[in-house]
Amino acid sequence: MPDHLDEVKVANERAPVIEPGHTFATVTDKISSIVLTRPTSMGWVVGFGACFLATMMLLYALGYLFLRGVGIWGINIPIGWGFAIVNFVWWIGIGHAGTLISAILLLLRQSWRNSINRFAEAMTLFAVACAGVFPGVHTGRPWLDYWMFPYPNTMQYWPQFRSPLMWDVFAVSTYFTVSLMFWFIGLIPDLATLRDRAENKYARMIYGLLAMGWRGSARHWARYETAYLLLAGLATPLVLSVHTVVSFDFAVGIVSGWHTTIFPPYFVAGAIYSGFAMVLMLAIPIRKIYGLEDFITDRHLQNSAKVMLATGWIVAYGYAIEAFTGWYSGNRYDASLLWNRLHGPYAFWYYMLLLCNIATPQLLWIRKMRTSPLWLFLLSFVILVGMWLERFVIVVLSLTRDFLTSSWGMYYPTGWDWMTFMGTIGMFLMAMFLFVRILPMISIFEMRTLLPEAEVKPE
Amino acid sequence: MKTLPVYGTMAEFASANDLVAAARRTHEAGYRKIDAYSPFPVEELADAIGFHRNHVPLVTLIGAITGGLGGYLMQYWIAVISYPVNVGGRPYHSWPAFIIVTFEMTILFGAIAAVFGMLALNGLPMPYHPVFNVPRFALASKDRFFLIVFATDPKYDAKGTRQFLEGLNARSISEVPG
Amino acid sequence: MENGKPNREDVCPGKKLDRAAVERQLQEAKGPEYWRSLEELAGSPEFQDMLHREFPKGASEWLDSVSRRGFLQLMGASLAMAGMTGCTKMPLQEIVPYVRQPEQVIPGVPTYYASAFTLSGYANPLLVESHLGRPTKIEGNNQHPASLGGTDVFAQASILGMYDPDRSQAITHLGDVAPWAEFVKETKGSLTVQKALGGAGIRILTQTISSPTLKDRMRAFLAMYPKAKWHVYEPANRDNVFEGAKLAFGEPVETRYDLSKANVIVSLDADFLSAGFPGNVRYIRDFARKRNPDAEMNRLYVIESTPSATGAKADHRLPLRAVEIEGFARVLAPALGVNIGGAASSGEHTKFVESVIEDLQKNEGACVIIAGDHQPRAVHALVHAMNMALGNIGKTVICTDPVDANPVNQTESLRDLVSDMRAGNVDLLVIMGGNPAYDAPADLGFSDCLRNSKVALRIYHGLYENETAEHCHWSVNEAHYLEAWSDGRAYDGTVSVVQPLIAPLYSGKSAHEMLSTLMGVSDASGYDIVRGYWQKQHTSADFEAWWRKTLNDGFVEGSAYTPKAVSLKPLSLPAVASPPANSLEVNLRHDPSVYDGQFANNGWLQELPKPMSKLTWDNAVLIGPKMADREGIRTMDVVTLELGGRKVTGPVWIQAGHPDHSVTVHLGYGRRKAGRAGTGAGFDAYALRTTNALWFAAGGKVTKTGDHYQLASTQGYQSMDTGDGATRPLVREATLEEYRKDPKFAKADEPPAALTLYPGFDYKKSPDAWGMTIDLNACVGCNNCIIACQSENNIAVVGKEQVVKGRHMHWIRVDAYYQGDRDDPKAHFQPVPCMQCENAPCELVCPVGATVHSSEGLNDMVYNRCIGTRYCSNNCPYKVRRFNFLLFQDWDTPQYKLMRNPDVSVRSRGVMEKCTYCIQRITQHRIDAETAAVRENRPFKIEDGSLQTACQQSCPADAIVFGNINDPDSRVAKLKAHDRNYGLLADLNTRPRTTYLAEIRNPNPELEA
Repeated sequence: MPDHLDEVKVANERAPVIEPGHTFATVTDKISSIVLTRPTSMGWVVGFGACFLATMMLLYALGYLFLRGVGIWGINIPIGWGFAIVNFVWWIGIGHAGTLISAILLLLRQSWRNSINRFAEAMTLFAVACAGVFPGVHTGRPWLDYWMFPYPNTMQYWPQFRSPLMWDVFAVSTYFTVSLMFWFIGLIPDLATLRDRAENKYARMIYGLLAMGWRGSARHWARYETAYLLLAGLATPLVLSVHTVVSFDFAVGIVSGWHTTIFPPYFVAGAIYSGFAMVLMLAIPIRKIYGLEDFITDRHLQNSAKVMLATGWIVAYGYAIEAFTGWYSGNRYDASLLWNRLHGPYAFWYYMLLLCNIATPQLLWIRKMRTSPLWLFLLSFVILVGMWLERFVIVVLSLTRDFLTSSWGMYYPTGWDWMTFMGTIGMFLMAMFLFVRILPMISIFEMRTLLPEAEVKPE
Repeated sequence: MKTLPVYGTMAEFASANDLVAAARRTHEAGYRKIDAYSPFPVEELADAIGFHRNHVPLVTLIGAITGGLGGYLMQYWIAVISYPVNVGGRPYHSWPAFIIVTFEMTILFGAIAAVFGMLALNGLPMPYHPVFNVPRFALASKDRFFLIVFATDPKYDAKGTRQFLEGLNARSISEVPG
Repeated sequence: MENGKPNREDVCPGKKLDRAAVERQLQEAKGPEYWRSLEELAGSPEFQDMLHREFPKGASEWLDSVSRRGFLQLMGASLAMAGMTGCTKMPLQEIVPYVRQPEQVIPGVPTYYASAFTLSGYANPLLVESHLGRPTKIEGNNQHPASLGGTDVFAQASILGMYDPDRSQAITHLGDVAPWAEFVKETKGSLTVQKALGGAGIRILTQTISSPTLKDRMRAFLAMYPKAKWHVYEPANRDNVFEGAKLAFGEPVETRYDLSKANVIVSLDADFLSAGFPGNVRYIRDFARKRNPDAEMNRLYVIESTPSATGAKADHRLPLRAVEIEGFARVLAPALGVNIGGAASSGEHTKFVESVIEDLQKNEGACVIIAGDHQPRAVHALVHAMNMALGNIGKTVICTDPVDANPVNQTESLRDLVSDMRAGNVDLLVIMGGNPAYDAPADLGFSDCLRNSKVALRIYHGLYENETAEHCHWSVNEAHYLEAWSDGRAYDGTVSVVQPLIAPLYSGKSAHEMLSTLMGVSDASGYDIVRGYWQKQHTSADFEAWWRKTLNDGFVEGSAYTPKAVSLKPLSLPAVASPPANSLEVNLRHDPSVYDGQFANNGWLQELPKPMSKLTWDNAVLIGPKMADREGIRTMDVVTLELGGRKVTGPVWIQAGHPDHSVTVHLGYGRRKAGRAGTGAGFDAYALRTTNALWFAAGGKVTKTGDHYQLASTQGYQSMDTGDGATRPLVREATLEEYRKDPKFAKADEPPAALTLYPGFDYKKSPDAWGMTIDLNACVGCNNCIIACQSENNIAVVGKEQVVKGRHMHWIRVDAYYQGDRDDPKAHFQPVPCMQCENAPCELVCPVGATVHSSEGLNDMVYNRCIGTRYCSNNCPYKVRRFNFLLFQDWDTPQYKLMRNPDVSVRSRGVMEKCTYCIQRITQHRIDAETAAVRENRPFKIEDGSLQTACQQSCPADAIVFGNINDPDSRVAKLKAHDRNYGLLADLNTRPRTTYLAEIRNPNPELEA
């Protein structure tokens, strides 16, 4: 892979993916020591504790939900879907960056991904897990959710595969399973490294078990690389399909503001948009705290920023087309939906959404912004808020005013809605805290391949 | 101490380069039951030790096809044969609606086949392996490279093989007890 | 976004509409504009505020404060277990089933009995469905001339009244339960004293009575105690009617109308199409029949002081303050050749008046003028005179003896009673029914008088331990009409026998039994008394057969009053000085839901949206838009309403079409002792009511308190106008001319049948394919279908808090839209049940197949399979699906268990539900038809018309037609072929099985200009 060499050489004009002067040993020590030798800091304990409490709050909110029913939320007729679905779509969207970085960038031989794919994948898993909470608990009778799986039963009754919700069940569970395997496979060689380097007997035993006796045999590596590439090949269409399927939940519906053909591409772009925002929001503090600037360099920040800029524009195009068709189609329902977005009771939030998702990110044209961690962190936050608002506008606003004016209504979330939402954020961060503490957050063996000494001269 | 049966003889190298060169020479020398260990994938290595038949893609393909067919047939059977019912005036066999689940099943089974196929072909999990008895082998997951000639190789004899390996500027040679 | 709640500024940035702007927009807007409550027009800040206030902050759900319903659940179980013992016992006396022989009850097969529900003395003939001896559903008696199958909401809901766990369940003495014997002993004591005095100290206060038997027993009682007095009081009394009749004819005659012969109807503030107006059920039927645009269509002029269903149906409506209506009559009368003595000032509205006069004179003998009960006697007299002059008397207007057995001036009667009590002339007061302590005119101070009076023995006999019972020594629990024998007269005098369906749940006493106890016979049974009376009337030998037939039919053949020859007395009506135009008038009306307050504890009626405002669980101060602008009052502002020094405070609802300088307040709310549902709901407007102004008076005053009060309207947005200025063709209407020019005007945007990628299902194969048509021209928005559906399908009551959140459960709703000038709009009613779409959007998206299609084209809901994703509701363009967000259904209260329809599953929490076209009835009829087919060995067929849905059966207007659209001869198939037939939102290609017949108005061309 000669391009790595160049990257190191041209370090001064273009930020490298890994700072010069590193060897197999230093890379290995640096990353594995975070897990093996670095003492647990007070900050970690406090952060983890806070997120743990938030997770308990989530469990409390869900407990009361199961006790009383979904009536504790703000939903009603006509607004049958509220925060639960908004949060679901938001989290799923965030959960796209990981697989995208690992799979698509791998296929595109974007070697800079090597230093961020590991925790991006972890982030994906946790985000999808948070997303998975909502469809499960938002049903009126959650204890019967398993009816959505096609299993032989005494009722001689089967799921209804024309329903987008069924597609969701399959798409999301497939996505989670594949992401999990992808992530774990990537971990095996590093688990072996930890096994071989762990001082603590139990640590060695646990890492050993997880490493499954990996010993880096040439044959193993050969099959491993093939399998990894194949997984990437499979995950790529998958990651594109997941949010497409999620968008079908709405696109297949009859409601104006849902029933739109632009949804699949525009949802996927939005997903990547928010996904990268979340990656940056995690990467920036992590590299600071654990001194990983050598591995997660400004190059990574810049590239992520560019991806956000690009996907941001796709999203903007989506909004534009929606508005245009609303006006151009001459469909009376779409026309009034457009009016409601601009002047209706939720107009403020629509303008906020445009501000967060379209206006603000244009700052990324400025190089300074792309290289300044602080600014990137703030912009990422704004984008995440914007993407949440986008889902709120799509799901809720469309439902408040549909076909029969007599049935128009308003939606106000309750405290329980908020507790559940915040609770999942807590759960997500708690998982991240655990991850950085017990697993190598950067792929050690893939970092090794980036080093000049990894290169084999042809004889 | 040389009384135990010998599993093989292992040579340690400082760089991927040396390992590849050594492996190639060993293979040319007629050794067939050999293996090489590196802390990261080295493309040339497999070729060097003469490993060419990789069945992972085939396994994956079979998995994917099974998933796809299974997915579609399941839906067809459910919607048309086992439980045909008028849903929103759509025909029982609403094939466009069945595409998505079919696709997802293809991916799912393909991925599962790839992962578990790879592990199975690699004979993993295998927590114990004789090479782990070599103390320095721990470095194989860090920055050292190893080449082993198994005792089962017809050309193998403890002395000769050891001398041969020494000729490949190995940093050290050690016998792997079985 | 804290609570996701946009704050005022956010709502419509840079676009703050004031009413003036709204008005402008209206002038500019083309075509009819619709809205239901004005604030919402173009998202004006007022409306935004209202919306925001309409939904409680998230916090309110934190511990889900015990709602009325919740309370209902919690308390239910503990109550009334005693009553349960006798609950499924059949009455001991023989009663005759309407449809099947009662020898043995076949489980699962309901039996029907004829009975009658009496409201303010007027009997409403009914059939009551009984399952294993438990009355479960009220239906109209289609053979009875006063009903022809329809009912009103009060009759429909009365079944819940019978099972009301808050009913008084025992005899109490000073609040403690006491045995009947003790009560008998004590009354005997007091009566023996009175015997000597000829009963001089005895006073009996009843409500309006039309029961021949009770009238006869009363006479007997008064004969026994010649000096005793019988007082009558009813808050919704008809004093004006009888006084007016005396003025015109010299005697208190009852007037009834034959609208089937009336081509022109002029209503002077008479809401004759609404429940509470005697004969409204029959009037609605006749009116609707004459609404047929393909035959000779009638024309309705309404001059009214508060928007009503009748006004909504009017071809020409003139909003006038009630005080001005006499003036209007005085303008009209002379023009029709009535000499009213005093000078007839030709006032304004001349063009309107002239066209009315012209129309009336063109239709002499085929028109009718109707005066509202609350209009003063002078108006009634003038109306009688005008009808006489137009030759309507005897044709469209029939005068008869009064249905009221004791047509005294009830206000005066109560006044006498109070003064007697004050003077200490009363020793024994028996109050039979009613609730005077709550609803007597405030200036009489009846309540205080009762509490502090020296009356030695005060006895209350009624259904509830209410405000009156609380001030009496004895409270005897009355038997509900479904528990006791009685009789009564319908509006036309036809006698109905009231048959009990079940032995008294709490061994209550009927009025007959009570009275006979006072006459010394404490163990007489109501059955013997009623039967005994009729035996005396019908002495011929065939009594048994006659009695049997009477019970069977539910009425006495030919007992309707015969028309009475009346002659007009010369009128000398002193000219009245009508109050200044800007002096605020206060109208007091009985409530469309809880009437005079007697139904306050009826959850179904409390949650029934009022026809015009769609308010539930509350009354409000209705004011007109103009006044709201002037005073700067918004909906849900709390105001103090002052009249003659008396004050009440209540929330405001801005009502389109309400006259300016006038407010309307509905009576019947603010009960202190109503029960779990009624206590505390709304505010008590009786505090403003005085004997000299029972219904309205000028000189009122409204002042804002600055508070706000949450009102629960079942329609958040109330307009067919969308913000972008478009108007959706939901209710389609045309004038008669337009319709004749273009009969297919309603057929706009129907998609071609071939417009689909998928081949549709062929329903022709199935013997039956169910469909429904709803005639918007006939519907008068009486809401009867809502209660009928609720009763038939075990639909839960959710309570005010949940209605506010938009979670009411009605399977059929009646949308009302306003059109045109907001100060005098046209209103439209549109009942919306499930459309049973052939391409149902809801079915497609259900992941578990919980809602699927039947071969007969029904959109079935499989409750047991539903996991509650609510996707179906989101995807339902008609929003007719209802979801059990919480455990809405009351599973504990034993009475409700008895009341429920055993053929309909009771839905629990987390399940979606909706209209099923009464599938239980369909199935019942299919089974019967199949059995019959097998028995008589002929092809199986469900006869058209034999199968009726609950809403259809009790619809007084016969607006709903249901049947088999595969049968070309069926009524529904014919109507679907009609030009006026159109599908709601048909442009979505949902192919609804429920379709509408467009509305036709018949305006006077001269007034159209």
